[in-house]
Amino acid sequence: MDANFETVTVKTDVLILGGGMAATGAAVEAAYWAKKKNLKVTLVDKAAMDRSGAVAMGLSAINQYLGLDREKNTIEQYVDYVRRDLMGVTREDLVYNIARHVDGTVHLFEKWGLPIWKDADGNYVNEGRWQIMINGESYKIIVSEAAKNALGSDNIYERVFITEPLVENGKIAGAVGFSTRENKLYVFRAKAVICAMGGAVHVFRPRSTGEGLGRSWYPPFNTGSSAFFTLKAGAEMTCQEVRFIPIRFKDGYGPVGAWFLLFKAKATNAFGENYFVTNGEELKKYAPYGTGKPIPACLRNHLGMIDLFAGKGPIYMHTAEAIQAIAEGESDPKKAKKKLKELESEAWEDFLDMTITQALLWAAQNIEPEKKESEIAPCEPYFIGSHSGASGAWVSGPEDLAPKDYFWGYDHMTTIKGLFAAGDASGASSHKFSSGSHAEGRIVGKAAVKYALENADEVAVADAKIDAAKEAAVRPLKIWEEHQGLSSDPNINPNFIKPRDFMFRLQKIMDEYAGGVSMQFTTNKFLLDRGMELMEMLQEDSEKLAAEDHHELMRAWENIHRMWQAEAHIRTILFREETRWPGYYYRADFTEMDEDNWKCFVNCIYDPEKKEWEMVKREILSIVD
Amino acid sequence: MPSYVITEKCDGCKGQDKTACMYICPNDLMVLDKDKMKAFNRAPDMCWECMCCVKICPQQAMDVRGYADFVPLGASVVPLRGSEDIMWTIKFRNGVVKRFKFPIRTTAEGSAVPSGGFAEHDDINSAALANEPECIGIGALPTIK
Ligand SMILES: Cc1cc2nc3c(=O)[nH]c(=O)nc-3n(C[C@H](O)[C@H](O)[C@H](O)COP(=O)(O)OP(=O)(O)OC[C@H]3O[C@@H](n4cnc5c(N)ncnc54)[C@H](O)[C@@H]3O)c2cc1C
Ligand code: SF4
Ligand code: SF4
Repeated sequence: MDANFETVTVKTDVLILGGGMAATGAAVEAAYWAKKKNLKVTLVDKAAMDRSGAVAMGLSAINQYLGLDREKNTIEQYVDYVRRDLMGVTREDLVYNIARHVDGTVHLFEKWGLPIWKDADGNYVNEGRWQIMINGESYKIIVSEAAKNALGSDNIYERVFITEPLVENGKIAGAVGFSTRENKLYVFRAKAVICAMGGAVHVFRPRSTGEGLGRSWYPPFNTGSSAFFTLKAGAEMTCQEVRFIPIRFKDGYGPVGAWFLLFKAKATNAFGENYFVTNGEELKKYAPYGTGKPIPACLRNHLGMIDLFAGKGPIYMHTAEAIQAIAEGESDPKKAKKKLKELESEAWEDFLDMTITQALLWAAQNIEPEKKESEIAPCEPYFIGSHSGASGAWVSGPEDLAPKDYFWGYDHMTTIKGLFAAGDASGASSHKFSSGSHAEGRIVGKAAVKYALENADEVAVADAKIDAAKEAAVRPLKIWEEHQGLSSDPNINPNFIKPRDFMFRLQKIMDEYAGGVSMQFTTNKFLLDRGMELMEMLQEDSEKLAAEDHHELMRAWENIHRMWQAEAHIRTILFREETRWPGYYYRADFTEMDEDNWKCFVNCIYDPEKKEWEMVKREILSIVD
Repeated sequence: MPSYVITEKCDGCKGQDKTACMYICPNDLMVLDKDKMKAFNRAPDMCWECMCCVKICPQQAMDVRGYADFVPLGASVVPLRGSEDIMWTIKFRNGVVKRFKFPIRTTAEGSAVPSGGFAEHDDINSAALANEPECIGIGALPTIK
C-alpha cells in the first residue's frame, strides 16, 4: 500500500487520548470548564467511543461506590481497604481524592440512563461492601453519549491510533498518530494532554494460544499505549511491578465476584479442602496485610496457587451449593422457587453483561450453575492500574490532600509539565474500576483546563522532532514496501518481522523469563537478566516491523507499546528484591516480604534524550491512620 | 467465540462507506469484502467475543462460534438488543434453552445531559468539580486538612 500519508495538524488546548471510562469522564468535565474559558477540547480514540475499551461489552457491577450521602462508609475506610489490598504500597492521597468524587460520577451515570439495581426502599443494591449491581449492557454507550454531547462531534477523532508523544524541555506539546482507515497522519498540538489509553493485555502469553488467543480477561485491544506514552515522554512511572492476575472461571474468564460476594459461594480444591482454611497459616507471613479483613487479592490468589502448584487442582467454585443455600433460606416453597429463578437470572446476567464467552462456555459444557460446580483458575498477568494492579504514571496529588513530596502544582499531572494521566494510565491508586476511573477522568479534566489557562503559550517543538515521529509512525509500511518482493510468503522474510510473530516473541520472553503462566508466575534475577538480554534484541528488531495495511500498522504499534510496558516491568521486578505480592509473582531468590527494606514505591524513569533508565525508591507517606 | 458472518443474511450494509460491524468493533476486526459485498472477521484469534458487532448488525447476520480450542460445539448465545432492553437466548449443547431479558437504559437514546441536571458552579481553583457537591449528595466536598 501507499505509505505517503497526508498530514493533518490539529491545534487544541486540551487533548484527551483515549475514549474509555477515564477519557469520557475527562471529556465531560473539561468541556464544561473549557466552554466558560473559551478553550478547545479534543478527544482521540483508536476505536468507536460507543464500544471502546474495557467496558465495550458492558459490565454487571460498579465496583467503587461509597454511599457518602447515606453515610454507609467513610472515605478513610476506602483508603484503608485499598492500602491493605496493595500490601501497604499505595498513594493514599490519590485514593482518597478519587473516593471523594466517585459517588458523584455514579449519580451522573444514573441520570444519564444507566439502570442501577434498587431495593424496596430505593437504595442501591450492594454486591459487596463497595460494589453495586447494574444492568450494564449499555454502560459504555450511555457514558460515551454524555461525553459526546459535552464535546460535540467536531472535536472527536475516532479510529485514530496514537503512536507517541511530542515533548520539548520537559513540557508536553502534543501527540502523533495515524488513521486506521485512511492515508492520514495526525499531528495534535495541545497545551495540556490527558493520557487515558487503558492498560496492557497480551504482554504475557495468554493461556489459550489457538483461536482463543483473543480471550483475555481484560480486552486484547488495551495494548500498553498509556504506559508507552508516559514513559516515552520521560514521565516518572510507579508500581510497574504490580501486575494483576485475576482468578476467574476457567477459560471463559467469567467474573467470580458475584459468586463470592453476592451468592457467598465457596471454592475448594479437588479434594474438597477449602484452601482459605487449610493454607490459612500462610497469611501470618504477610502481617499486617494478610491478617486483617478482607484478605488482599494477591494473597487470596496465593492460597489457591499453593494447592494448584501442589497438584491439587482443579479448584471448583461450588455454585450449586451456594444457590441451594440461599433458596433454602426461604421457608415458603413458592417463594423459594421464585427466589431460585431470580438467582439464576442474576447469575447469567453477570456473564452476559461482561463476559459473554463464559455464558457460551457453560452452555457448551452443559453447566447449569444451580446444578453443577464450575472450575476456576488464575488468568495470565495484566497491567491495569485501575483494577487490582497498580502500574501507571506517578502523578501529583491534590493540593488539599497531598503530602508536600507528592504535590507539584496540578492534580494528577505527571512529572512532565502539562501531561496528565487517569484510569489505567495513572499508578499507585488502584481499585478505581469503571466508576473511579471516570471520577479520576473528571478530576483530570478540570486540572488540565486550569493548566492550559495558566500556561497559555504554545510549546514550540522542533520540526525535525515532528518529522521523525511521523516517519516512525509509518515505518512498518515502508519496510513492507521495500522488502516484500524477496519472498513469496508475506510473513516469512529475513528482512522483517510481522506484528503477530513479534507479539509471540515478546510473549515467550515474558512468559518464560518474567514469571508467566508456564513458570507458575515465578522468576529470579538470572531469569530476568537473561530476559532483558532477549528484550534488547527484540527492541532492535522492532525497527524491522513490517505492515501490509492500516490494520497491520496498528498491530505493529500496539506491540511496540506492549514491549515498553514489558521492559518497565522486568526492570522493576528485578530492582525490588522481595516477594511482596505472592499470587501476582514470586521471586524465587527473595521469597519473603521485606518490610524493612522494601516498604516503598519503586519508580522508574526513562530519559528519552539520553535513552537511559533510572530506578528510584520513593517513600510511602500516609494521610489516613 | 470468534464472530462470523452468515453469508446469506449479510447485505454488506448496502455498500455504505462503513458497515455497522466495521464501525463498532473495538478491535478493528470486521472488514467488508467489496467484491462479494459480505463482511468477515479478519483475525478471529484476536476476537474478544464481545458481540458488539452481533448486537449492532441490522440484518442479524452475525453470530459467534465458541473458540475452537476450548469450547465444545453445539451451543449458542444470541442477543436481540432493542432500545430499552436486551433479550438473550442461550441454547445448551444438550438442547436446554434459557431466555433472559434485561433492561439496558432508563432514558431515551441520545438524551444524556452532561451535567445530569445537578447545579453547576464556576470556581476553577476549588477542588470541587463542576457539579459538586450537589452530585455527590452531601453538603461539601470532604477533605482532610
Ligand atoms: C472483564 C472486565 C470486567 C470488569 N469488571 C468491572 C466491574 O464489574 N465493575 C467495575 O467498576 N469495573 C470493572 N472493570 C474495570 C473497568 O472496566 C476499568 O477499570 C476501566 O474501564 C478503566 O478505564 P480506562 O479509561 O483506564 O480504560 P478503558 O476504559 O479500557 O479505555 C481505554 C481507551 O483507550 C483507547 N486507546 C487505547 N490505545 C489507544 C491508542 N494507541 N490511541 C488511541 N486510543 C487508544 C481505547 O480505544 C479506549 O477507548 C472490568 C474490566 C473488564 C475488562
Ligand atoms: S453489519 Fe451485518 S449486514 Fe452490515 S456488513 Fe456487517 S455483517 Fe453485513
Ligand atoms: S465480537 Fe467483538 S471483538 Fe469480535 S469481531 Fe465482534 S466486535 Fe470485534
